[in-house]
Amino acid sequence: MVKILACLCATLLTVSSVAAQVTINGAGASFPYPLYSQWAHKYNQVTGTKINYQSIGSGGGIAQIKAKTVDFGGTDEPLTPEDLDNSGLIQFPTVMGGVVPIINVEGIKTRELKLDGITLAHIFLGLVNKWDDPAIKKLNPDLKLPSQAITVAHRTDGSGTTFIFTSYLAAVSPEWKNKVGAGKAVKWPAENSIGGKGNEGVAGQVKAVKGAIGYVEYAYALQNKIPYAQLMNRAGKYVAPSIETFQAAAANADWTKAPKGFSLSLIDQPGDNSWPIVGATYILMHKEQPDAAKGKEILKFFDWAFKQGSQMAKDLHYVPMPEKVVKMVEDSWKEVKSGGKPLWP
Amino acid sequence: MKQHALLEKAAPEVVLAPAVRPTPALAALGDRAFRWLTALAALLVPAVILAIGLDLFLTSYPALAKFGPGFLLSQEWNPVTQEFGAASSIYGTVMSTLIAMALALPLSLAIALFLVELAPPRVSQVVGTMIELLAAIPSIIYGMWGLFVFAPLMATYVQPFLKKYLGFLPLFSGPPLGIGMLTAGVILAIMILPFMSAVARDVFALVPNVVKESAYGLGATTWEVTYKVTIPYGLVGLLGAMFLGLGRALGETMAVTFVIGNAHRISFSLFAPGNTIASTLANEFSEATEPLYVSSLVALGLVLYLVTFLVQVVSQWLLRRMYRSWSVGL
Amino acid sequence: MRYRPPTGRKLVNWVVSGGAAASALVGIVFLVWITWEVLYRGITALNWDFFTHLPTPPGVPGGGMANAIVGTLVLTAAATAASVPLGLLAGIYLAEFAEESRLGDLSRFSANVLMGLPSIIVGVFAYALVVLPLGNFCGYAGVVALAVIMLPVVTRTTEDMLRLVPNTLREAALALGAPRWRVTLAVVFRAAKSGLITGILLAVARVSGETAPLLFTALNSPFWFHSLAEPTPNLTVTIFNYAMSPYHDWQQKAWGASFLITFGVLWITIVTRVMLRERKG
Repeated sequence: MVKILACLCATLLTVSSVAAQVTINGAGASFPYPLYSQWAHKYNQVTGTKINYQSIGSGGGIAQIKAKTVDFGGTDEPLTPEDLDNSGLIQFPTVMGGVVPIINVEGIKTRELKLDGITLAHIFLGLVNKWDDPAIKKLNPDLKLPSQAITVAHRTDGSGTTFIFTSYLAAVSPEWKNKVGAGKAVKWPAENSIGGKGNEGVAGQVKAVKGAIGYVEYAYALQNKIPYAQLMNRAGKYVAPSIETFQAAAANADWTKAPKGFSLSLIDQPGDNSWPIVGATYILMHKEQPDAAKGKEILKFFDWAFKQGSQMAKDLHYVPMPEKVVKMVEDSWKEVKSGGKPLWP
Repeated sequence: MKQHALLEKAAPEVVLAPAVRPTPALAALGDRAFRWLTALAALLVPAVILAIGLDLFLTSYPALAKFGPGFLLSQEWNPVTQEFGAASSIYGTVMSTLIAMALALPLSLAIALFLVELAPPRVSQVVGTMIELLAAIPSIIYGMWGLFVFAPLMATYVQPFLKKYLGFLPLFSGPPLGIGMLTAGVILAIMILPFMSAVARDVFALVPNVVKESAYGLGATTWEVTYKVTIPYGLVGLLGAMFLGLGRALGETMAVTFVIGNAHRISFSLFAPGNTIASTLANEFSEATEPLYVSSLVALGLVLYLVTFLVQVVSQWLLRRMYRSWSVGL
Repeated sequence: MRYRPPTGRKLVNWVVSGGAAASALVGIVFLVWITWEVLYRGITALNWDFFTHLPTPPGVPGGGMANAIVGTLVLTAAATAASVPLGLLAGIYLAEFAEESRLGDLSRFSANVLMGLPSIIVGVFAYALVVLPLGNFCGYAGVVALAVIMLPVVTRTTEDMLRLVPNTLREAALALGAPRWRVTLAVVFRAAKSGLITGILLAVARVSGETAPLLFTALNSPFWFHSLAEPTPNLTVTIFNYAMSPYHDWQQKAWGASFLITFGVLWITIVTRVMLRERKG
């Protein structure tokens, strides 16, 4: 026993005395986590730099970067220019993606169920609480819908995905706007609702509970083969989520008009082929970096991701930022300094 | 015989060379220092309990000051608007514990009865060990098993069955999700079973044979002896066992977190998802960074600390009374 | 006792006896069921990579939990190193000096209460004590939490084990002129050695499966253990995160880790039981 302990203590000492490679700690939105984790894995293989991104939700990401417990934060709800100035942060988008309604209904395969914004809002309000409710039947005359109670799965943590999703519901349903509103966390009105932590948690809950409906970033539905629904867009057409329909919505965005921090709404965009629930995800960094080497590494990583990571993003059905926007973003990095010296380029 | 073996093993090592034998004064000083040192270490244990309470109180003070006693009654839990109340967590803690106690109490008494009065010694030893091993399985393993194995079973078989025959009660209404209050309560029951049955077993075994045999002599059956003699005789100890299980169930974290569904909501149906103080802490603590949020979570912890502390004190007091009265003898 | 026809009473007795046996069976069924599920689902997830590689992102094949295994060993070892000396000293006081003292009573009583306090509360304590002032999650906070959980276990078993050492042994040594501290450390400890190791092992078994006190102290990390001043990878929090994720490959790995933890803890528990039984005769 004593020997084992001694050995362990010895390993403890040797391990900790090995010179550390640079480790960058980031935390925040779970929306881009599938992509960031793959980027980080690849980047580590290429350069040896460790990027440790923890998926804890946008609320956590904003709080952690403000408290300086991480080197960068991730959020899907962009901060306002005033908020950025007050906290000495810069903010830039990395990718865009779509939020999709995922379901677990017996006999219904992916893309079979069709919903419109109002019905989706009514489901999440708890007004439509059975799968064979007339409102759902009307939109799906050909489907055999079971008489099963609907369980709404939502996020328990402060979440940018929730912000994007509730912004959409508020945009299409006045009732949702008045009763609940949009935000990173809201008071979920439906009687039968369960909470999950992160996009992972909601996906897990929907997978586990029969009759459940939830909302996640598209990559989570794909990676886990969870059935999802089609939605009616603003043009009155049913669309299925895919990189094409996300791109169609994103094409409407005019980033040159975006305020400082690139905050821009991509919700409920016009166009026959536009997926209605699309959003960008953002990185938050302090303008004044205490450690120049670390600050530089973070920027190098995202530069690599913009230039080498587009294909990985597309593989997971995220929409990479257009080249023009990447240039604008990298221009804004001039503000990142350490001891008065800019770290980029 | 054992004593001699010990003596032979240890004694030859203590032959001290006269040269190193300390003077009596020095030895006395060394002894006194040693005694103080150990006493200090012994004092550390109650000090830690006190420190935990103080620490929780100080850290939760901002939340307590802001929300006041209303904290205990408010159902609001909104990290974005920074409104926090403990009501749904407290309700869930009480409810899941009640389910667990309702199941584990009769089960543990029956198991103790089996082990002490009915099973042959060899069987009793093996079965007793197996029941006690339930306590060695880590909480998170109960969680894994509960989420992936047990909850689906509850959703497909147990809950529809209850709904069919008892669905008229509001307790068994709502869709059978598998995860929720009832599943959490059942798993808690299995987890506290070994603790309660171990004490109940001691109680049954410690009732003097003279007492039991005189009842048997009157022609009473095993059940009658248990019901009319053993249980009343060992009531204090059984109460202690109950409180011991209660304390465990109130604070059990991981297994509950896996299967309870994490909804800040008070629902009268046992099928509905809910939360407990411990599961709220487990889920939300690592993400909370706003001071008021952290402070509110710690305030939840303080509530749990105070309740479990009281329950533990009562159970230890009862158990000590029991063991003491028996060691003194009849 | 009032006279009642024996048939009815016998019937009740039969039913109760049957019920009692069935209850014992229920307990055994759950034990076997749970360990079987863990064994069967866990063993298929184990391979060489599991013990030697770092975790990979979901969807990227391969990868393991080597960092979490090392991290758990380090955390447990550090908590043991911190709590065992203190627990031994406190146990000595209770067994050797405090048979009938107030402080002894208080300490004994507190140790029992502390053992029954929920481990998540100890986690909150360590968070407020270490994480809040330092401003970040770190292994030290995890070590503090685990050490607090181990302390009363070590204290109480030390006391029990020292009490088993016959007084004649102490008296013999004292008569040789050895000071009390020397008697305790050289003679009583030696005689109780295997019992003390049992107690320490019990405490190790108790904490090596703990998750709740690590969730917001040591947190977790996907990289190699590197310093206790940083978030420290560990098996149990990894199980929690992986199990709650929707990724099939992560859930598989969570079962593999569950297998390691369960059978590690059960093995230690059974070994200590055998040792205890031998001691107590």
